[in-house]
Amino acid sequence: MTDITRRELMAGLVAVPAALAIPQDTIQRATEHAHAVHESEAQAAAQGTPAPQPAAYVPQNFTPDEWRLVRLLVNYVIPRDARSGSATDARVPEFMDFIMGEFRNSQTWMKNGLTWMNAECRRRYAKGFVSCSEEERRAVLDAIAYPKKARAEDKPGVDFFNNFRNLTASGFWTSRIGVADLGYTGNRPVMNWEGTPANVQRWLGI
Amino acid sequence: MAAYELTKAGARVVLLEAGGHWDNTSAQYSAMLKMPYDSPRRGSSTPERPFGEWDACIGGWQIPGEPYTKAEGTKFDWWRARMLGGRTNHWGRISLRFGPDDFRRKSLDGLGDDWPITYNDLKPWYDEVDKLIGIFGSIEGLPNEPDGLFHDAPAPRYYERLVKQTCDRMNITCIPARLSIITKPLNGRAPCHYCGQCNRGCMTNSNFSSTNVLITPALRTGRLRLITNAMAREVTTGEDGRATGVSYIDKNTGEDRHVRAKIVVLAASSCESSRILLNSKSSRHPQGLANSSGVVGKYLTDTTGTDVAGFIPRLVNVPRHNADGVGGNHIMMPWWLDNRTLDFPRGYHIEVWGGLGMPSYGFMGGIQAYPEGGGYGPDLKQQYRKYWGATVGFSGRGEMVANDKTFCELDPTVTDRWGIPVLKFHFEWRDSEYNQVKHMQETFRNLIAEMGGEVWSPMPTREQGYGIANGGAIIHELGTARMGASERDSALNNNCQAWDCDNVFLADGGPFVSQADKNPTWTILALSMRTSAYIIEQRKAGRL
Repeated sequence: MTDITRRELMAGLVAVPAALAIPQDTIQRATEHAHAVHESEAQAAAQGTPAPQPAAYVPQNFTPDEWRLVRLLVNYVIPRDARSGSATDARVPEFMDFIMGEFRNSQTWMKNGLTWMNAECRRRYAKGFVSCSEEERRAVLDAIAYPKKARAEDKPGVDFFNNFRNLTASGFWTSRIGVADLGYTGNRPVMNWEGTPANVQRWLGI
Repeated sequence: MAAYELTKAGARVVLLEAGGHWDNTSAQYSAMLKMPYDSPRRGSSTPERPFGEWDACIGGWQIPGEPYTKAEGTKFDWWRARMLGGRTNHWGRISLRFGPDDFRRKSLDGLGDDWPITYNDLKPWYDEVDKLIGIFGSIEGLPNEPDGLFHDAPAPRYYERLVKQTCDRMNITCIPARLSIITKPLNGRAPCHYCGQCNRGCMTNSNFSSTNVLITPALRTGRLRLITNAMAREVTTGEDGRATGVSYIDKNTGEDRHVRAKIVVLAASSCESSRILLNSKSSRHPQGLANSSGVVGKYLTDTTGTDVAGFIPRLVNVPRHNADGVGGNHIMMPWWLDNRTLDFPRGYHIEVWGGLGMPSYGFMGGIQAYPEGGGYGPDLKQQYRKYWGATVGFSGRGEMVANDKTFCELDPTVTDRWGIPVLKFHFEWRDSEYNQVKHMQETFRNLIAEMGGEVWSPMPTREQGYGIANGGAIIHELGTARMGASERDSALNNNCQAWDCDNVFLADGGPFVSQADKNPTWTILALSMRTSAYIIEQRKAGRL
């Protein structure tokens, strides 16, 4: 498969062999629209998108206590490993803060769930989740992270964690870090679509 | 299509659009090639874009200030687009011709009605639409799935190869899809570059939406006047009962306006056009325009639909590659059985989904359904990696038979924000639909089992309607101003011309006599082109 990335298109790094017989206007148009997209992004950036300053970020839809808990929880869901960074590296809490502002109904399950987490920790250990030890935190997470095994009385925690895990995944896997980790290589102009590559056909056996 | 054909033939045309401007070739409008991290929303929906922030289509199931009502017990969702190009900005581009049998169902099984035209009447127009707009597919020679003038179809993706093999084993016909996406240059448009994001609006015009494939060339003739944000109220008529133009509200100012016309073509979508007709009451047309027979609003149908998805262990850890392809399935299963041996009268086709698509908001939601049953931490992170691309889903799209409990009418008390009476919907599925959808569910479950997979959800019960989607949800409403052989039981003659007002025509899904298990767009386009040719011919002969 011959494919050309936006960056290569824009930088003019791609020499297309004539043997591929790609219609010239395809390349020209692909180049033009890639430029157009690039320009609009550059304009947006120039119009005052703030420089990233993670330490200075002030959440709009979480209290300081909630924010500490969220920042801790997302990394229990998706931690750093050998292949890629953590949920906080991918700015998942900031993403959640944005989503809570856009979909305000979601604040109900989020805030009730965070409250449940702390209440459960206080019931068990007489302190909030943030103050618990690693072992204590894991005991609470183990109780709610596997819906089929969970006890009926933990259902509010299970429902919350299903939602929280989904939202963490949405934020992480759509970030630059997440997309690179997955190895997603689409959403770019491909001059000749050749279907399933030979190595994948061999792997599949079809 | 009518604006394109008529301006090309030399007519001066005014196009009223209820929404705003749109140009999918401009980066100002189209989000083609944007990555999820280019937006803090990560592709999630907005109030004006329920299918996601980058979806081309502005509209929705509910539009502020433009309500519709439902009879008690009716479940019905009405999608409306509010933008230049309308619903052609919102579709899967599955472009199927109706087959010879689809025009004469009553003759074959006694249900519904025959069309006043045959496949052979429409075939030349389907051919012209293929040539003008472009479509990929393959020559198959199937009896009720007529072949077109196809560009080459793209090769199947990895999971589609597995589905194809599975269908072959189960004797289910499985062929390359037929989508209005071009795979070689056509009429100055570049071929598809396989970014997989057709729904965002194609900046190279490599797929079909009327905005840039029809309206832009029509504008280039210099004979098309485009008025956006114009909400049509009614077709006005003179003392002789003939149409004199259209009154509309300028949504920018709220003012009432009128445009005079010698000929009026309604193409506002089936139910919206019928609403305009019903609101066009006068002493000569006391029941509304084109409604002497009382059929406007009746014979409403939508496509039946249900979905089943499953986890396919064989696809776990699929080697990474670009599996995007075009913005739709590369294969499809046309109706392959004989209804005479089944407990439902009409067929359905199957669409397939899965793959390694662009991560977006909602990515792999419900990970707890996979074998590990949830979790957190490094193991969970690994689950997302290995299960990405290991889900395959099937959607059935079937033919509904029109019934007398399913129709729309003017609500006697409710109006929209401009005081225009709104539609009230009545909708009822019958056993002909429930049994068909049950068959879809069973077939999809068998397909997933044959692939060695596990279905995510239990088989829905009869009480759950076997998982049938609400009326309107598939966005194929048709038939509310049907054509026919007699003015006693139809609104339009076989040229989509109103029986009781010869200078009013319809060019959307309203004229359809039956659904077929095929997406209606290609037939709407062919009918519209045929109607346009009739208008041109009649004008030239001085009869209109």
